Amino acid sequence: MKFILGFAMLLAYQLLGEVLVILFELPVSGPVIGLLLLLATLIIRGRVGESLTTSSTHLLSHLSLMFIPAGVGLMTHYQLLTSEWLAISVALVVGTLLMLASCALIMQFLLKRFQAEAFDDQ
Amino acid sequence: MISDAKLAALATLLQSSELTGLIITLLAYTLAVALFKRSGANPIVNPVIVSVIIIISVLLVTGISYEQYFVGGKLVHFLLGPAVVALAIPLYQQIHRIKSLLLPITITLMCSIFIGAFSAIYLVQWLGGSELTQLSIAPKSTTTPVAMGIADNLGGIVSLAAGLAAMTGVIGAIFGTKVFSLVGVKDDSVKGVAMGLTSHGIGTARAFQVSPTMGAFSGLAMALTACVTAILLPLILAFFNFI
Repeated sequence: MKFILGFAMLLAYQLLGEVLVILFELPVSGPVIGLLLLLATLIIRGRVGESLTTSSTHLLSHLSLMFIPAGVGLMTHYQLLTSEWLAISVALVVGTLLMLASCALIMQFLLKRFQAEAFDDQ
Repeated sequence: MISDAKLAALATLLQSSELTGLIITLLAYTLAVALFKRSGANPIVNPVIVSVIIIISVLLVTGISYEQYFVGGKLVHFLLGPAVVALAIPLYQQIHRIKSLLLPITITLMCSIFIGAFSAIYLVQWLGGSELTQLSIAPKSTTTPVAMGIADNLGGIVSLAAGLAAMTGVIGAIFGTKVFSLVGVKDDSVKGVAMGLTSHGIGTARAFQVSPTMGAFSGLAMALTACVTAILLPLILAFFNFI
């Protein structure tokens, strides 16, 4: 039952997110707004209930599963993919590797800077 | 005795019932996860990519169209919404660590939007890809449902954007840890941020396998990317006269 209650709460926050997206014409998806609202709620409340912990653990352990149907959608663009395969695969692989490396290095650099500053302040 | 009419009705049922798409998805995922575990959690045997390959093969062999498959597939696709909301819980559990890092994360995020979108757009352009592809690949580092929304906004192809975003996640999941050790990054929170900024949910799923800290930071970075990219990317591309 804990899973069901937690799942209902997650759906309720998603719905609330989707309502706000329509009301305020937000350019973000409903689930992302729901995530931020739930995070705000947890911060105010100061703890996570058992039901939310149970359902989030179960859902997130199968996060990969939920990307599969959208991924299969690639098959509908067979023609475009075969005519532009080189450009697409190079952009995907090189672009992604470049981004992984640069984000990690920028973050590491900033972290050292900020921690050094925090240290100086003390 | 089974009449031709009954056979035809049966074929229609099997091809377009939501049960078929659902069963194919769940079985392919079960098989892919088993293969993944068998490989000793080798990220190249990524469960998403293996499942997608299995399912596309099954659909091509049986002659089931993507639309027929998605009647069932959408039941799984639906769970993406509550799963994204559920990311709030691991985020909250790491909140004390995240608070002190919010400023560096935000600056890195701003850089990542430019690096991610422009590297992809220019590489496609340079290698002769169409403008439609450029607009569909631009949001590749945001989580799939958000990427679909952004591509729609920009005038790209929505389902192509979904597929490319999923591929980006898989590439990050496969190569992420190797790239991080290559550039000498050891801190799990730094790795998590870079993973989430680049490879959203699929990268986050991989990050949780490495450590809860890396997973939480990846989830946070993914959530921030989703919000900020959705708002800024159309503005940035309009500013640089892409759309």
